[in-house]
Amino acid sequence: MSDATGPPRPGLQDRLVDFGKALFGSPLNAAITLVMLLLFMAVVPAFYRWAVGLGVLWGPDRKACVEGGACWVFLRIRIYDLMYGSYPPNQIWRVNVAGALLVLLMLGAFLRFNPWRNAGVVLLALVYPILGLGLISGGFLGLPVVEARNWGGLMLNIVIAFIVVVGAVPLGLLLAEARRAKDGVLRTLATGFIELWRAAPLVTVLFMGIYILPLLLPPGFEPNKFASIATALVLFNSAYMAEAIRGGLQAIPAGQFQAADALGFNYLQARLLIIWPQALRMSVPSIVNTAIDLFKDTSLLVIVGLFDMLGAVQQAVKDPQWLGLAIEGYVFVAAVFFVICALLSVMSKSIERELDPARRNGR
Amino acid sequence: MQRLRGALTARQGVVLLILAVVTAFLISNVAANLQRRGLGVSFEFLARPAGFDVPFKLIEFSSRDSYGRAALAGLLNTILVSSLAVVTATILGFLLGTFMLSPNPLLRRSAFGVVETVKNTPQVLQLLFWYVLILNGLPSARESYRPFEGVFLNVRGLFLPSFQVTTADGQTWLASICLAVLLLALALIATWRAPQGVQKRASAALLVAAGGAALAFGRYSGATLSTSVPELRGFNFQGGVQIVPELIALWIGLAVYASSFIADLVRGAVLAVPRGQEEAGNALGLTHWQSLRLVRLPQALQIIVPPLVSQYLNITKSSTLGIAIAYPEIMTVVGGTTLNQTGHAIECMLVIMLLFIALNLAVSLVMNRYNRAIASRGAA
Repeated sequence: MSDATGPPRPGLQDRLVDFGKALFGSPLNAAITLVMLLLFMAVVPAFYRWAVGLGVLWGPDRKACVEGGACWVFLRIRIYDLMYGSYPPNQIWRVNVAGALLVLLMLGAFLRFNPWRNAGVVLLALVYPILGLGLISGGFLGLPVVEARNWGGLMLNIVIAFIVVVGAVPLGLLLAEARRAKDGVLRTLATGFIELWRAAPLVTVLFMGIYILPLLLPPGFEPNKFASIATALVLFNSAYMAEAIRGGLQAIPAGQFQAADALGFNYLQARLLIIWPQALRMSVPSIVNTAIDLFKDTSLLVIVGLFDMLGAVQQAVKDPQWLGLAIEGYVFVAAVFFVICALLSVMSKSIERELDPARRNGR
Repeated sequence: MQRLRGALTARQGVVLLILAVVTAFLISNVAANLQRRGLGVSFEFLARPAGFDVPFKLIEFSSRDSYGRAALAGLLNTILVSSLAVVTATILGFLLGTFMLSPNPLLRRSAFGVVETVKNTPQVLQLLFWYVLILNGLPSARESYRPFEGVFLNVRGLFLPSFQVTTADGQTWLASICLAVLLLALALIATWRAPQGVQKRASAALLVAAGGAALAFGRYSGATLSTSVPELRGFNFQGGVQIVPELIALWIGLAVYASSFIADLVRGAVLAVPRGQEEAGNALGLTHWQSLRLVRLPQALQIIVPPLVSQYLNITKSSTLGIAIAYPEIMTVVGGTTLNQTGHAIECMLVIMLLFIALNLAVSLVMNRYNRAIASRGAA
C-alpha cells in the first residue's frame, strides 16, 4: 500500500494563497501585476467591443455594418472564396469528402491507444495522396476535371502543404542517408544540395519555381504554375526534412546496423526493415515542426499569383463594396492558421511525450 | 582496404556520370528555351539605365542610373532592415524570454500567449497586418505628429533632419565608412585571442585612425557638411530624410516574429542550466531577477548563441518578404522590377542566390570558428 507518497498535496485554500503571493508577494511583483491588469483593461474590452459588441455578422451587405465595429458580414458572404477559391460550387462536395477523409486518417494515424494506428499511417502516406488528389482534380469515374488554377482558399493551403510533405519526406530521407554515406562524393553532393536550399529565402525559391523551372524542361513542355511551385517547394523543404530526419538517423545506436549485418541483411533490407522505421518514428516531432512551418509558408503563394486563403482575402478587399476591411480579413486568416497550427503542435508534443515519457518539459 | 577503395570509386564514378548526364540535359534544355525566347545569358543589362526609381535609398539613385546601381541600392536596403530587425528582435526576444520565466503568473502567461500567437501565425500575414495598421493609424501629412522640432510622423513615413554631404561624389563617404567598419572588424578578428584590454585598445586605436582618415579624405576632396530639416511644402516634405512606412512595417514585422522564436530559445537555454544554480542563487539570498541576471543567463548564453545566429540568418532571409509590401530590398528590386523589365530571369535569380549563399557561408564559417573556440576552452 502506498500511504506515504510524499508531502500532502496543497488544498484549494493553500493554492489560492500561493497564487495571491505570486501576484502580490513582493513590491516588484505587485507593480508588475498592476501594470498587466491595466494593460488588459485597456486592450481587452476595446477589442471585445470592436469584434463582438459592435461587430456585425448577419446582414445582406456592407450597409448592415456599424461604424467602429468589425464587419464580419464581409467574411460570411465571401466565405466560399476564402475556403475553396474558384472551385465550381456544385463540385465542392469532392473537396469536403477529401478533407474529411484527411482529418479521419490523421486522427487514426496519430491518436494514441487506437487500434487502427498502423493502418492509418500506411493509408495516409501511400493511399490518400493519390486518392485525395484524384478526387479533387477529377478526370476519372465521370468526375469533371477541375484545373489546379481554380483551386484556392484554405483548400489550396492544405493541398499544397500535404503534397509538399508527402514529397519532401521521402526525398529528405534519401538526402539524409546520402549525407551520412561513407562515400565522399555522395556526401558532398548531398551536403551541397541541402545547404544550397537552406541558404535560399522562400520567396526566392517561389520565384525560381515560376521563372527558372520552366526553362529547365525540354522546349514545348509548358508546366502549369501549380506544378512548378509544388516542385520548387518539395525540393526546398526536402532539405529541411533531411536535417530533421538526420537527427533521427544519428540517434540509432550502431548496434542496430551491426545486428543487421550479422543477420546477413543487405543495405536496402537493413534500411527498410530495421533502420528507417526507427529513425522516422524518432524524427516525427521534428518532421511535424517542419510541416507546421511549411503550412504557414503556404500563405506566401499570394506573392506568385496563387490565391490561397490570404490571397483570397486580399482579392476580396479590392472589391469596392468591401474596401478597408483588410483587418477583419487578416484577423480571420490569423485565427484559422492559429487553430490549425496549434492543433498540429499539440499533436507533435503528444507524439514527443509518447516516444520519451521520461523527458521533463521544463516549467 | 584496397579492394574496398576500388569498389567505392566505381560507385562514385556511376554517381558522377549520372550527375553529368542530368546536368547536360538540363543545360541543353535551358539553352534551347532561351533561344526560343530570343534571350541570352549575359550580365551586360546591368549597365543599362534602369528606368525606374527606388522609393527609399541610402545612396544617390535616379531612374537614369544603371540596373547594377539599383541592385546595390536594394542590397543596402536589405542590410539596413535586417540589421535594424536583428538588434530589435534580440532585445525584444530576451525581454520576452525573461518574462516567460517570471514567477508572476500574469506576466508569464501573457508572455506565453504573445509568443504562441506570433509563432502560430504566418509571418507574411503579420507583416501585412502591421503595414495596414501603420497606414490606417497614421495621420495625413498636414496633420503629422510632431514629437520633436523637425521630426514629423505621418502616413508617408517618419521625417527626420539629416546631415547632407555636398560633394561631387557621395560615394567617398560611403567608402570611408565601409573602410572604417572593415578595419574595426579586422582588428577584432586579429585580436580574437588577445586579452580583453589589448583588444579594446587596438580596436579603439584603429577606429580613431579610420575615422580620422575618413574625415581628412572627405575634407581633402572638398566635401562640406550641412544639416537639412524637413519642411512641409505644398503636399510633401522637402529636405531631411524620409523613413518610409514600408521600412517601419517590415522592421516591426521581422522583429516581432523573430523575437518570439528568440524568446523560446532564451527560455529553453535558461531552463537547461542545472537547477542547482537557481537554488544556489536563492540560498545566497538573490532575488529571482538577480539570480537570472547574474547566475543563470550568463551560463545560458553559450547555449543560446548558435541557434540565435541562425535566427539572425532567418531574419535576413525573411527580409525578402519586403516584396509583399513593396519595400525596395534586393528581392523587390532585382527579382521583381528588374526581372520584369528585362526578362533576364536566370541572371537576376543568380545574383540574389549568390548573395544569400555568400551570407550563409560567411555566417557558417564564423559559427564554426566560434564553436571550436568554445569547445577548446571547455564548457563555461
